[in-house]
Amino acid sequence: MNKHHREALLAPILANNPIGVQVLGICSALAITTRMDKAFVMTMGVLLVTMLANVAVSLVRNHTPGSIRIIVQLSIIASLVIVFDQVLKATLYELSLELSVFVGLIITNCIVMGRAEGYAMQNPPLASALDGIGNGLGYGLVLMLTAFIRELLGAGKVFGFVVLPLAKDGGWYVPNGMMLIAPSGLFIIAGLIWLLKTIKPELQDKE
Amino acid sequence: MARLDSPRYTILFATAVCVVCALMVSVAAVSLQPRQKANARLYMEKNVLLAAGLVKPGQDVSIGQVEKFFEGDVKARLVDLATGELAPEGKIDARAYDQRSARNEPGTSRAAPANNAGIGRLPKYGVAYFVMKGGEPQQVVISVEGLGMWGTVYGFMAIDRDGQTIRGLTYYDQKETPGLGGEIGNPAWQALWVGRRAYDEKGAPAIRVIKGQAGPADKDPHQVDGMSGATITSNAITRLTLFWLSDDGYGKFLKRFRERGMG
Repeated sequence: MNKHHREALLAPILANNPIGVQVLGICSALAITTRMDKAFVMTMGVLLVTMLANVAVSLVRNHTPGSIRIIVQLSIIASLVIVFDQVLKATLYELSLELSVFVGLIITNCIVMGRAEGYAMQNPPLASALDGIGNGLGYGLVLMLTAFIRELLGAGKVFGFVVLPLAKDGGWYVPNGMMLIAPSGLFIIAGLIWLLKTIKPELQDKE
Repeated sequence: MARLDSPRYTILFATAVCVVCALMVSVAAVSLQPRQKANARLYMEKNVLLAAGLVKPGQDVSIGQVEKFFEGDVKARLVDLATGELAPEGKIDARAYDQRSARNEPGTSRAAPANNAGIGRLPKYGVAYFVMKGGEPQQVVISVEGLGMWGTVYGFMAIDRDGQTIRGLTYYDQKETPGLGGEIGNPAWQALWVGRRAYDEKGAPAIRVIKGQAGPADKDPHQVDGMSGATITSNAITRLTLFWLSDDGYGKFLKRFRERGMG
């Protein structure tokens, strides 16, 4: 793995995080971060779709007519998302019901399309695959962190296992109901973005 | 690159992309369909158990456990909705019976009598799941469905041996607005129905979802809390519940159940 490849893989995880720095894919991050298992499946979905879409787009990049390149990318992405949704329904049925529209909405997740147009159109398949994995991981990192905080404070659990016994079940923890509704997701993600930009001042927008 | 931008090449390329994508999607959809159907059925049967209170919301239930219930204490039977009589066992396998497709087939359904629950056709047979204890039915789970705000909602309702007291309710397939009408899928809201009474003293169906909060089940037996911001869904649930409790739905059967159990 040369330096170029390593950068394609690692840069999006922190330095160029899709949510934190590129501010892509926020909407799904608010909706499905109430539980870690949901966030994990969503991460896998975005990671796989971004990786495979990047590879496919990269493979045909030199043959794609410029005038229809966006619609070609979209067809590829949409097909991959439908396949992922079908696999989910065949394996994790109840989770797929809870994720409901949000799996389908991976199609419109700006990260996938953004990487296809912004990276895979100019780079060879291997680098594009790594870029897709990197962006999926970067997205997943923010998702999992947010879900961890929300599930822990909102339901006293981590990955469905009780960590803080709830008062209504005889424990001591009174859950924070706000953590289960969408606004808390924004507070946490905004906090993470702020944290990231404070630690790395070079990411701040120049006035 | 002039060649890439020629209209002929563009159309050819677009066609090729479409064919490849279509192929990929159809192969996935067709090859995974049996497993998806099995999952959907398992989920449906799990909801029968949920309505009956045999499994708890959020509990993981394996295929094996569901089978065990259905081979043991839960007896699936079919009810002739027009007469309220149980269909003889063995003619149609009640567990394999698909009420949704039956209601759409002209041969196994009829036009529903005028109603306000959005029910166009009625199947000849409706499912009924008896929950047994020591050879005696303790409660029966019936299927309820009707038009919600965005589409048909499907659920199960468990009625006690007294043919009157609601023991549980689930909605397992619905497209109501998440967070508003979608709360009909929330176990906390479903639990509000438990212990309330389906019929009034005269035996007429009498349970409704009201605006605001209802009292405790013993003091306010015919009303259930409404969902804020979901008046249309709340009213739809009232209408469809009253329909299935009426003589057009399971009413006759529930009367028989109260008087004679499974006999």
